[in-house]
Amino acid sequence: MSDKKDFDYNKDYKYGFKTETKSIRETKRGLSEAVVREISMIKEEPKWMLDVRLDALKTFYEMKNPSWGPDLSEIDFNDIIYYIKPSNKVEKDWQDVPEEIKETFNKLGIPEAEQKYLSGVTTQFESEAVYHNTIKELNDLGVIFLDTDSALKEYPDLFKEYFTKAVPYKDNKYAALNTAVWSGGSFIYVPKGVEIKKPLQSYFRINSERMGQFERTMIIVDDEATLNYVEGCTAPIYSNSSLHAAVVEIYVKKHAKCRYSTVQNWSTNINNLVTKRSIVEDYGHMEWIDGNIGSGINMKYPSCILKGDYAKGTTITIAFAGKNQYQDTGAKMIHIGKNTTSKVVSKSIATRGGKVNYRGLVSQEGDAENAKATIECDTILIDRDSTSDTIPTNIVKNFKGQIEHEATVSKVSDEELFYLMSRGLSEVEAKEMIVMGFIEPFARELPMEYAVELNQLIKLEMTDSIG
Amino acid sequence: MVLEFKDLFVSVEGNTILKGINLKVKTGETHAIMGPNATGKSTLAQVCMGHPKYNIESGEILLDGKVINNKSVDERARMGIFLAMQNPIEVPGVTNFDFIKAALQKRMKKDEHLRIGKFILKFEAASQALDMGKGLAHRFLNQGFSGGEKKRNEILQMEMLTPKFAFLDEIDSGLDVDALKLVGEHVTKQKSADLGLILITHYQRLLDYIEPDFVHIMINGQIVKTGKNELITKIDQEGYEWVKTELGIEEDEDKPYSLGNCPTKSLV
Repeated sequence: MSDKKDFDYNKDYKYGFKTETKSIRETKRGLSEAVVREISMIKEEPKWMLDVRLDALKTFYEMKNPSWGPDLSEIDFNDIIYYIKPSNKVEKDWQDVPEEIKETFNKLGIPEAEQKYLSGVTTQFESEAVYHNTIKELNDLGVIFLDTDSALKEYPDLFKEYFTKAVPYKDNKYAALNTAVWSGGSFIYVPKGVEIKKPLQSYFRINSERMGQFERTMIIVDDEATLNYVEGCTAPIYSNSSLHAAVVEIYVKKHAKCRYSTVQNWSTNINNLVTKRSIVEDYGHMEWIDGNIGSGINMKYPSCILKGDYAKGTTITIAFAGKNQYQDTGAKMIHIGKNTTSKVVSKSIATRGGKVNYRGLVSQEGDAENAKATIECDTILIDRDSTSDTIPTNIVKNFKGQIEHEATVSKVSDEELFYLMSRGLSEVEAKEMIVMGFIEPFARELPMEYAVELNQLIKLEMTDSIG
Repeated sequence: MVLEFKDLFVSVEGNTILKGINLKVKTGETHAIMGPNATGKSTLAQVCMGHPKYNIESGEILLDGKVINNKSVDERARMGIFLAMQNPIEVPGVTNFDFIKAALQKRMKKDEHLRIGKFILKFEAASQALDMGKGLAHRFLNQGFSGGEKKRNEILQMEMLTPKFAFLDEIDSGLDVDALKLVGEHVTKQKSADLGLILITHYQRLLDYIEPDFVHIMINGQIVKTGKNELITKIDQEGYEWVKTELGIEEDEDKPYSLGNCPTKSLV
């Protein structure tokens, strides 16, 4: 078609630029007890944290890779740098952030977004936060929004109370790895009854080749409080892969509400192996708005443990797999409390030989009477080379639970294209429109800026997919 | 402008459907193509729009003397051909408004801009005239529309996109009497010296509201008779058998072999 153009992912991935920076300090390539001790020492951590790290490292060595999904045996743990410190301290003013790093975030549009529509921002470059600021009103309300390292120093008791409680390090190999070498991430505490209107945002940037980013995010939304948190991530293009293994732990207290929106747009040389989990108490509501456009291998299943009665979990997720991408994503809903409800909406798209799987678990435990779950997962395949599997597990362990599961897989049909093209749209535009319509239930949940960005990303991916 | 079919032979999956179509339509004219089921009426519309399923074996489709046989569907659309389809596709997540806006923008020249205010007014007026309800702009394209709503939406698109030649393929099916009147009268309002209309229908009733200048009868992939209103009346009263008899047309040989009704019953 006339719209066909040569696409060079390395050129057209808008965030593929790299920045020449000098790190202040980094650990030797490879993983060892010494590396873990060094990280803890640089951070001047309390002994209990070092002990947890060392225990987690042992667990990491003992545990095997997941038995499902993509093959992770290619990852060479000794070829990765586990800790890179880009600057001396977390700055409150962009003027004080080292020039090259500031430039990077300028290109990513972060300072601009901060001014326009955010309550607070943390940006992480490699292993550490480099900039952090929140509007004054939040501090006055007692909201804590810090990079996770600072939180450990400033609020040790609060930190210890919640650290590894939602995601124990024995949970899986990459949660163990994260616990052993974690650095950075966001720590948020919203006090009782406080409603944060404008979102808080974190932005994670990997800049170096063959490095690992292991941020640890902890969010506590206390009784009747509300939080809207947004996260973005990008990296330059390299031929050698880097690893991103984050852990996110969220605690939604009684009648509280937390929405966590992210569009991960890592370059395809990043393997993204992330554990995200929330524990929701009585009448609490957790929402995961989870977009997966980037990364080579991606394994991510945001979870809600609906512990309290009437707790509610919502996950709306999209996964887009293009060339050389394997998206294995989904959601988990564990109903424990009575009258808990959950909803999963998953939209998967595969093109240019990409592979996209929906892998989900809904479990209603013995006491979860009158629990209700709905799962809706739809897949659209743009061409014949692309593949998809839907792998749901639904378990009801009581007699009063209810699960509704709907799944569809469709192809962009000739009739659809004919219809749209008969009004004057080119084949590329017609496919784009079908895909944009397909993910509309996701896009409408995103902040405006992210939705616009998503739109452009999908267009870029679709332009390449014709030919 | 002139849209012309010259000795057009068209096949689908190896079966020849159109067997030498000759037809000339000028802007300002309204043509009705009538005929029994499965005689190639819709094929003519679809092949003119460029549906990839159909294969032109020989002959030409010309727009103002230029052959458009090899133009893509969207190029033809932008050249001014429109097809109101029998079964409009549902596109979830895409609003009617965004869809038509995109289609119109695609028609703009490089330094032209769509005038949104004017566009909205026209859209709302058309939507109201076709009794589509107020929220149409923000409803998803044809999703959850009744059969009649889909048909009316096709007419609305036609009005918005202002084509030079528009095929209305059985726009009357799925419409009740009132809706048919509404659609018919609305299409008649669109008639102009700049629009050539080709109505495809089995029945007379649509033509009560949109008066054609020419009536063609199509049987077995050929236009076998052309006339005016008197043909419509005759078809309405007598069906198509008389045409076949008059012209000595025989049933197609390759019609599927039928076992008749419930053959198993008689075997038991």
